[in-house]
Amino acid sequence: MQLQELEVTRNMKNKFDIRKITGMRLFMPIVCLLAVLLINVITTPGFFKVTLNNGVLYGYVVDVINRASELVILAVGMTLVTAASGGQDISVGATMAVAGAVCCQILSGGQVTTNTFENPLILAMLAAIVVAGICGAFNGFLVAKLNIQPMVATLILYTAGRGIAQLITKGQITYVRVDAYKVFGGYFGKCPIPTPIFIAILFVIIVYIVLKKTALGLYIESVGINGTASRLVGLNSTMIKFLTYVICGVLAGVAGLVASSRIYSADANNIGLNLEMDAILAVALGGNVLGGGKFSLMGSVIGAYTIQALTTTLYAMNVSADQLPVYKAIVVIIIVTLQSPVFKKFMANQKAKRAASKAVAEGGNQS
Amino acid sequence: MNKPKKKLNGNSFLLMITILLFIIMYAAGMIIFADKGFAKPQMFLNLFISNAGLLVIAMGQTIVMITAGIDISVGSVTALVCMVVANQMENHGASAFTAVAFALAIGLAYGLIQGFLVSYMEIQPFIVTLAGMFFGRGMTSIISTDMIAIKNEMFLAWANYKIYLPIGTYSKRGKFIPAYIYPTVIIAVLIFIVIALIMKYTKFGRSVYAIGGNEQSALMMGLNVKRTKLKAYLLDGVLAGMGGFLFCLNSCSGFVEQAKGIEMDAISSAVIGGTLLSGGVGTPVGTLFGVLIKGSISSLITTQGTLSSWWVRITLSALLCFFIVLQSIFASLKKKK
Repeated sequence: MQLQELEVTRNMKNKFDIRKITGMRLFMPIVCLLAVLLINVITTPGFFKVTLNNGVLYGYVVDVINRASELVILAVGMTLVTAASGGQDISVGATMAVAGAVCCQILSGGQVTTNTFENPLILAMLAAIVVAGICGAFNGFLVAKLNIQPMVATLILYTAGRGIAQLITKGQITYVRVDAYKVFGGYFGKCPIPTPIFIAILFVIIVYIVLKKTALGLYIESVGINGTASRLVGLNSTMIKFLTYVICGVLAGVAGLVASSRIYSADANNIGLNLEMDAILAVALGGNVLGGGKFSLMGSVIGAYTIQALTTTLYAMNVSADQLPVYKAIVVIIIVTLQSPVFKKFMANQKAKRAASKAVAEGGNQS
Repeated sequence: MNKPKKKLNGNSFLLMITILLFIIMYAAGMIIFADKGFAKPQMFLNLFISNAGLLVIAMGQTIVMITAGIDISVGSVTALVCMVVANQMENHGASAFTAVAFALAIGLAYGLIQGFLVSYMEIQPFIVTLAGMFFGRGMTSIISTDMIAIKNEMFLAWANYKIYLPIGTYSKRGKFIPAYIYPTVIIAVLIFIVIALIMKYTKFGRSVYAIGGNEQSALMMGLNVKRTKLKAYLLDGVLAGMGGFLFCLNSCSGFVEQAKGIEMDAISSAVIGGTLLSGGVGTPVGTLFGVLIKGSISSLITTQGTLSSWWVRITLSALLCFFIVLQSIFASLKKKK
């Protein structure tokens, strides 16, 4: 009898240890990333090969990290919005298009194509980010002040946004053929690493420091967990929700600038197309609950890189851009199903049943 | 002392605004564009002809929204239905009747899966249908990235069969030109009537309202919340499939970018028609007027001629925003009482 008890406690101890690792917040995201990378290593032999051509780094890995930059920036904003309001901002792709359109239109001074800056670069970029911030503020006003479901509120800009961007560029694709503008989506000076990578890392660090040095991160979590209770303890929950949407809008604007700089033009129909889905996916993959509350910024960032690795993998397997959403949709459904309370309860019940039947069997042995 | 006051609550007030808005908008159009034939009865019937599919889709959307859910996959379901119908008839020699069966089967499958995930797995409807939306659009491009034009004779006969009405206008020479509609209009209107009756008089319809009003109390009243929700999404899926087929009869082709933004049109039609996003309130009649308003906006803008087509979407979004804000004001007023 005593021996058995000892065994049980030892079992529990072992289990506890495994749980400690599997229960870590970043466990799932990292496992997902490793799984995708593993598939890549098997399917594409030269995946981790990085070469230096013309003073610039080349390779699949560099490509994944480079292409994921916009997504990382978006995922950071999306994480905050998700945590505070328990919903997602689906207008980020459209906001990117608007920001790109504003920037290119100011730079070209209203012409379709330009070879010199008509207006200062800094002015154009600031204007674009301010406009993106206004888009975010509009969403934030609807969600925080008027208590409209986040996704319905952002649906307005999701559909109207690209129309507005078209309106700004007068229905054309505005080209800015100036080398200084290509820096943000290309290379800076003689640096062999693409600039978007630095921009993404910079913004992640800024947001991370702001969240850690101020109490904002804590406030966002508490508003997301229980808005009414946070209000009762004296937090201005409306303001905090509003703020997260503004931050999300601004970050979408930055992502839009990077995306527009990559193609040195403002293509209202294609900048940030379907990126909202990827951003939501990144947040979910990062182990964040889509219903709000506690969040992990790093999880989302890892999630974003995972998604981009997945996208590159699918491209390498000859899946066309149009068909990508099918696979991503399936992944989303699987993740949210695994996250759903019903599924968790079901698993817990199964576990309890197994434990009970085991106990019964052991009891039977004893007698 | 207490005089029986005629009660005009916020919800019927919203519906009144909608009907009034439609009448004003249409009357204004008739006056401004009288020379372009806006006042002809055919112009009014054209609203139904070009929006028959949307009307059916919006009916499903209304039911789902009354349960406090939402379905943004309807646009890509429409595209998928059009593509499958076109592909089956043109490349696999299916008959027009088989095509209808395919359309309904796609709708049914969508309704079943999305309904199960929403009601039994308790996942947010928005996430589920967002995934459904991307899935449908992606599947469409897997079938074919090129446009498939439909040349099936029976299908085209259905699509172009004009039904003349006894009303009409006289041409300059005094010849009577009767107004006409297509069979799609009759199907759409029939579906509208059936849905309106179901929502008003059947047990299912009343349960949907009860669940949307307050899920907890509906559960305590002994309603089977999960099954009713599943049924609502099932009905919505089938209606989306049917609406997609009607849409296809109108466009006679299938391509990837088809029906982009129809989900937005359907949602805004329902919201403009007085359906509350928080659930429990809404009528098919209101949605009908919402669809008519959307139709009037696009026909006003096309008649005007100089404005580009994305103004339709921007105007509609602005209108949707306006009605959402109105709803939220009414909701906060109600709370204060």
